[in-house]
Amino acid sequence: MAYTKAKIKDLVDGKIDRDTLQQMLSTPKDQDRFVKYIEILQDEVPWDDKIILPLGPKLFIVQRASDKKWVVRSFAGHDFCDWTENWKLYAKVRVRETAERMEEIYPRLMAPSTEWQVIREYFCPLSGDLLDVEAPTPWYPVIHDFEPDIDTFYKEWLGLEVPERA
Amino acid sequence: MNIQSEIKEGIVRGGETLKQHRDRLMEATKRTGHYAGLRHMELRDEHPIHYNKLFSRLRAGVVDARETAKKIAASPIVEQEGELCFSLYNAAGDCILTSTGIIIHVGTMGAAIKYMIENDWESNPGINDRDIFCNNDSLIGNVHPCDIHTIVPIFHQGKLIGWVGGVTHVIDTGSVGPGSMSTGQIQRFGDGYSVTCRKVGANDTLFRDWLHESQRAVRTTRYWMLDERTRVAGCHMIRKLVEEVIAEEGIESYWKFAYEAIEHGRTGLQNRIKAMTVPGKYRQVGFVDVPYAHDDVRVPSDFAKLDTIMHTPSEMTIRGDGTWRLDFEGSSRWGWHTYNAHQVSFTSGIWVMMTQSLIPTEMINDGAAYGTEFRLPKGTWMNPDDRRVAFSYSWHFLVSSWTALWRGLSRSYFGRGYLEEVNAGNANTSNWLQGGGFNQYDEIHAVNSFECAANGVGASAVGDGISHAAAIWNPEGDMGDMEIWELAEPLVYLGRQIKASSGGAGKYRGGCGFESLRMVWNAKDWTMFFMGNGHISSDWGLMGGYPAASGYRFEAHDAGLKEKIANGEPIPFGGDSDPENPVWDSMLDGARIKRDKQAITTEAMFEDYDLYLNYMRGGPGFGDPMDREPQSVADDVNGGYLLRRFADKVYGVVLAEAGDGLLGVDEAATAAMRAEIRKTRLAEAVPTQEWMAKERERILAKDAGTHVQQMFAASFKLGPRFEKDFRAFWNLPDDWVLNEADLPIPSYGREYSMDISELPDVHTVQLVEE
Repeated sequence: MAYTKAKIKDLVDGKIDRDTLQQMLSTPKDQDRFVKYIEILQDEVPWDDKIILPLGPKLFIVQRASDKKWVVRSFAGHDFCDWTENWKLYAKVRVRETAERMEEIYPRLMAPSTEWQVIREYFCPLSGDLLDVEAPTPWYPVIHDFEPDIDTFYKEWLGLEVPERA
Repeated sequence: MNIQSEIKEGIVRGGETLKQHRDRLMEATKRTGHYAGLRHMELRDEHPIHYNKLFSRLRAGVVDARETAKKIAASPIVEQEGELCFSLYNAAGDCILTSTGIIIHVGTMGAAIKYMIENDWESNPGINDRDIFCNNDSLIGNVHPCDIHTIVPIFHQGKLIGWVGGVTHVIDTGSVGPGSMSTGQIQRFGDGYSVTCRKVGANDTLFRDWLHESQRAVRTTRYWMLDERTRVAGCHMIRKLVEEVIAEEGIESYWKFAYEAIEHGRTGLQNRIKAMTVPGKYRQVGFVDVPYAHDDVRVPSDFAKLDTIMHTPSEMTIRGDGTWRLDFEGSSRWGWHTYNAHQVSFTSGIWVMMTQSLIPTEMINDGAAYGTEFRLPKGTWMNPDDRRVAFSYSWHFLVSSWTALWRGLSRSYFGRGYLEEVNAGNANTSNWLQGGGFNQYDEIHAVNSFECAANGVGASAVGDGISHAAAIWNPEGDMGDMEIWELAEPLVYLGRQIKASSGGAGKYRGGCGFESLRMVWNAKDWTMFFMGNGHISSDWGLMGGYPAASGYRFEAHDAGLKEKIANGEPIPFGGDSDPENPVWDSMLDGARIKRDKQAITTEAMFEDYDLYLNYMRGGPGFGDPMDREPQSVADDVNGGYLLRRFADKVYGVVLAEAGDGLLGVDEAATAAMRAEIRKTRLAEAVPTQEWMAKERERILAKDAGTHVQQMFAASFKLGPRFEKDFRAFWNLPDDWVLNEADLPIPSYGREYSMDISELPDVHTVQLVEE
């Protein structure tokens, strides 16, 4: 199974037609998806550095063109850290830990109780884009949620050359 | 003396005993890494059409048996919601294939069969053709006591060649409180009727002593008996199907199929992991609240009257060869409540999730389990080391801990571009309306509304989550017809509507739940209670999406509705649209109203014309709400999915009148507001490490509720690595210690426990690393 780049772009844009979506869900995966997907995202970001792996709609591991270092970068162009580190430690965070703050986003009684659970919003320091939300108890460490094995992914699973890494 | 004559031939085809058969298979599996040592799948590879014909025929027959048998049930849980499932097993108790429905029981019924094998049921009570066994024991693998298994062995020419199991979720098990997932008990002895792989019939006939005993062990006798007939009928249909297939296709083919299908399932999982995910490590965490330090939670023991938090961190490792490992180090200890789970239900339920993304195949069997390494530390809530633990609502945390796994898997689908598979999480599947007394037919009754088989679904990376649509434990979720629930419960509907703002916000929002307002009518000596999450939203949201809303309760007593109805005065209808600005309360002068975050209660007395709000939760969101299509926000407000005041606060969308009473979008004002919100975010945020320094001070000062401290202390004790990581993250000095013993609350079970395996002559089956 394969889809045109235009169809994959529709998917990325949230405009995929239901028939194709159903087909994507119910048939074996298209092996060339990753390559087309990266090409589409590369066209959309406002910088030229090579995307290695998307981490979210506005967050990527990229190969920085200037020094070939792999870093975690936001859509707006902020470099957080080395790709192996937890980018959230280098973001800006706002913590909702009062009822008043919670009731800005939930009706009263439908909000978590802040002695039990807080909401931590991690923003891109350049754009204010909301990149991740954590909702743990007070005291909870910032979670390093993903450590991809990109070499194995590229070489062994996709048969692609691993981009240079300084 | 002839030694040979002393050796009794086993009942399995070929002459092995069940124990010899299973031991040989497990040894070969361990030695070769292939199920039953099947490096080569002869039937599948050399006769693929024959293999697939066998699969298709058996699978169709198993599904058909479920669809036919469920019509026998009277319980709306089974007949309306489809809370049943049938599975076919090989002689070793490993599942070959299963029907649709509550497929978590692929593992649980298999665990019961394995328990019979390991404990030599073959000698005593004996396993014969046309026997019937019943099981609902959560200490050997069942999810909770209300899932009743009927298990029937399948023989061919006098030898056992497999098993068939059928399960239904019954409405009541005679626990301390009425309803199948009750809250009042804190130990297993209050969970109700518990049956351990008991032989309840022979020659296809149920024993009379069983029928007499079991029907008086539960409140809802008629449902109980018809549910059993449902299970027996389905099992017998499948047994007959197997007999017919063997007659036509030959026993050799069937026998090979019964083992190769499982190896096929195992390799299939590995292939799908390589085809869909990204190798690496994924970490996530789930929580849920157990708010028992409240007057409306009446439990028998003071040591259980505590607020606690259940906690499950998980680390998922996907390796280059497509194998994977799920490690739950740091999880909470089992507790004095009914939310504990067995290792089998915890792991088997994960397959229910996986069938909805990673392995969306008809071949659901034990192969996936053999392809996965689980580590569940002994003593945790999902692998308890004490035979007193209660299980009746294990789902409270099962659904809340699993939802975190969606986030891990979804990071991998997102990275690879399979956006269609991304799911921000599943809803906390509650509220559970339960209770009992005498019903409208003047019979002893228990109710357990399954409306929450239709919660909101988590958002994906391509669209909103579906509203009031599904529950993670039954892929065929359905809220049921109001008219049927009114027949089954002495509760009239005064309303049923979408629960606005219950789905988590995001670029794509979580699906919303719904709410039903019920009025007690024609009940006697009646009680009801609430069961769901309240202080904690267990579903986080993904990549900038917000958690789903959490729960609350509304009940009203002595509201004078009888008179108001007689006088034609206004009474509450529809939904509790905005609990921050309630409109019902002013219509209920003098009523005793409970409107608060106490979303778990025990039996409270209700009289006719009292009110109960059943609020089903929404799903979590995906992506930054500022990136949501503004018109979608207007549509949400117009459709009742979002309260208007959150359009600008959460989404930065300025609404404008669009005619016909509908709202549209002021594009320019929206763009300006969104820019302003982004600025405000940055003005109010601080660098993470600056915030960490302050949070560290709070930790050093032990500045957190006792329930939070208890959660960490208990996790440290069972999860040394979790503690090590915690201390390293916060750079805590050696003299900072947090022990449960030092907290001003009791912690019974902290030091002393006794596992079921310590009972004489009991051999438990361990299927995970502990």
